[in-house]
Amino acid sequence: MEKDSFAQFSGSEDYVTSEPLENAVNVAIALGRPLLIRGEAGTGKTLLAHSIAKGLGKKLLTWNVKSTTKAQEGLYVYDTVQRLNDSRFGDKDISDIKQYIKLGKLGQAFSSPEQVVLLIDEVDKADIEFPNDLLNELDEMSFYIPETNETITAIHRPITVITSNAEKELPDAFLRRCIFHYIEFPTPELMEEIVRVHFPDIKDSLLSEALKAFYSLREIDNFRKKPSTSELIDWIRALIAGGIPHESVTKQMPFVGTLLKKENDYDYFVNNFVIRRR
Amino acid sequence: MFTDFFYILRKNKVPVSLIEWMTLMEALAKGHIKDLDEFYFLARAILVKSEAYYDQYDVAFQQYFQGVEAPEEITEQVLDWLEDPLNRLFLNEEERAKFESMDFDELIKELEKRLKEQTEQHDGGGHWIGRGGTSPFGHSGYHPAGIRIGGESGGRHAVQIAGERRFKNYRSDLTLDVRQIGMALKKLRQLRRTGLEDELDLEGTIKATAKNAGDLDFIWQRSRRNTVKLLLLMDVGGSMEPFAQLCSQLFSAAHSSTHFRDFQYYYFHNCIYDYLYRDVERLDAVSTLHLLRTLESDYKLLLVGDARMGPWELTERYGAINYYERNEIPGILWLKRIRDHFSHCVWLNPDDPRFWIHPTVQMIGKLFPMYQLTLSGLEEAVGKLVVAR
Repeated sequence: MEKDSFAQFSGSEDYVTSEPLENAVNVAIALGRPLLIRGEAGTGKTLLAHSIAKGLGKKLLTWNVKSTTKAQEGLYVYDTVQRLNDSRFGDKDISDIKQYIKLGKLGQAFSSPEQVVLLIDEVDKADIEFPNDLLNELDEMSFYIPETNETITAIHRPITVITSNAEKELPDAFLRRCIFHYIEFPTPELMEEIVRVHFPDIKDSLLSEALKAFYSLREIDNFRKKPSTSELIDWIRALIAGGIPHESVTKQMPFVGTLLKKENDYDYFVNNFVIRRR
Repeated sequence: MFTDFFYILRKNKVPVSLIEWMTLMEALAKGHIKDLDEFYFLARAILVKSEAYYDQYDVAFQQYFQGVEAPEEITEQVLDWLEDPLNRLFLNEEERAKFESMDFDELIKELEKRLKEQTEQHDGGGHWIGRGGTSPFGHSGYHPAGIRIGGESGGRHAVQIAGERRFKNYRSDLTLDVRQIGMALKKLRQLRRTGLEDELDLEGTIKATAKNAGDLDFIWQRSRRNTVKLLLLMDVGGSMEPFAQLCSQLFSAAHSSTHFRDFQYYYFHNCIYDYLYRDVERLDAVSTLHLLRTLESDYKLLLVGDARMGPWELTERYGAINYYERNEIPGILWLKRIRDHFSHCVWLNPDDPRFWIHPTVQMIGKLFPMYQLTLSGLEEAVGKLVVAR
C-alpha cells in the first residue's frame, strides 16, 4: 500500500540529493505523474531511479530507449516469427496466441503485483513521436492487446522516472503531464558530500585539493566535454589507489586522463597548462 | 488561488497550460506545502518543463511574491536600463575590443564599486554606469550572463532564490553549445535511398512470400542516406572577434556532423570579393568564381557574419578593407552573384537584432534572409534552408 505521508523520498545512503530534487520526486509520487529529469551528463539522472527504488524498497524496472525503440515494444511484443516458425514444424499448439505475447517493461510494470519504480532511460534517443505514443498509456495506466482481446491495467501506478539529455525536443502534450526537474551541476559543498558517500575515509586535505583542481578545470570553457561527477569519482579513486600526496594534486594534476576523456581536451590541457608551468 | 501568478507567468512567456495549473491546484489541495520555499520548488516542478524557462519563472515569481516577504532590490530594472541598445551603435571596433579584453570578474567588482558611488541614472560620460559614453557598464550586451548588482547569495528565502536568477544562462535565446547546434543542423536532413541493397524490405518480402506459396523469399532494398551538401562561409577577424567562440562552436558542430554528403567551409573578412580563404589567417586563397563554377547550386549555403562594415566596403570598387583585395566589382554584387547561384541560402548574424539597423546589415539583410545565431534563430534558419528560396 502507498504511504500517506508526503515526504517519502529523501535519498539513499549512496546518493545525495538536493532539497528541490527531493521535493520534485515526492510531488511526482504523490500525484502519480511521471517525473522527467534533465541535466548535464554525469549528474546522476539514471542513478536517481536506482536510489528511489532502493530508498523506498521497491523493485526497479529499466527500459533503455535506443534510436530504434518503438513505443509498442514497451507495452508488448507479439512474436509472430516464432509462431510462424512453430507452425512449420507443428510441434506446438499455435492456436494459443497468449504464449507469443511478451510484455515489455511498461507492461511488466503494470502487471506487477506490487508497486515498482519504472525508469525510462534517455527518452529523447528515440523517434520524435515516441513520447506521444506513450501518452495515453501513462495517463490511463492501461493498454489493450487486440490479439488476445485483453486489457492490461496497472495494479499499482508505477513510480515513473524519465531521463532526457535534450537531444530532441519533447512534445508539449507529453511535457504537460510530467513533473519536471533539472539537475544542476552540484555546488562544491554538495560535491563534497557526494564524494564522502563514495569514499567515507578520504582525508580532508586530499578532498579539498581534488575539488579545487576539479572546479578550476571546469572553469575552462574550451573543453569539448567538461569533467563531471562520475569522472571526479574515478579520479579520486585513482588518486587514493596511487597514494598521491595531497600537495601534488593541484601542482601536477596526476591521472588527468581520467577527467578529460576527449583527445582534444587532453592535448589542450597539456599544451596550455602543463608545459607553461614547467 | 494565485490565479494572477498564472497570468504573470504567461506574461513572462513561460508556456503554462491549464492542465499544469490544475495539477498544481491538486498538489496544493493535498496540503503538502508548508512555506513559500516549498511552493517555489513545487510550482516550478509542475509548471516549468524546461530549464530554459527557469529564468523567466524566477522573474515572474519575483514579480508576484514581491510583497509577501521582503525581497532584495530588484535587479531587473537596472539590467533593463543597462541593456538599452542606445549606446552600442556609437562604439567603434577599438572600443569593442577593449571591453572584450576586460575580465568579467573585474567588471563585476568595478560595477559594484561604481554602483555604490552612483546615485542617479546617468547617460554619456566615461565613468558612471549608464547609456552611451565609454563606461564598460553602458553596454552589457556583451555579457548576457548578467552583471548582477547586489543580492547576497547566502539567503534561502524563495524570493531571494528567484532573485538570484541562477538560470539566466539556460535561456534558450542565449545558450548554444556544440551538441545543440548539431541537433539543430540535423533537421537539414534529406533522406534518399542510395548505396548497397542491405535493408530488408518488409512489405516486399511479405508479398513475395505470399506469391511463393508461403515459402520465405527475402527482398532487399537500399538504405536511406542523407543527401544534403552544406557550404559554410564565415566572417572572421575584426568586429567578429567577440563572437569567435560562438562561431567555432557552430563550426565544430557542422564539422562533426557525419550526416552531410559533403561539407565545405571557407572564410572571409567583412565581405566576399574575388577570393575566399581556406584558413582563418586568410593566406590560402580560392577564387570565388572557381567555387561558383565547381559547387552545384543545390549546396545549402550558411553565411555567418555580423554584416557590419563601412558602407563603401559593400558598394564601392576597391572598397575592400584590405588593400590587396583590389576588388574590381563592389562587394554587394559579389554577394548577389553568390545568392543567385545557390537556391538555398541564409545569413546567420551573431549580433543582437536590436543592432541590425546598421546600413550594411540592412543591405545584406535584403539579399539574404537573416537570422540571429542563437538556438531559436538557427532553428528558423534551418527551416528556411530546407525549402528553396
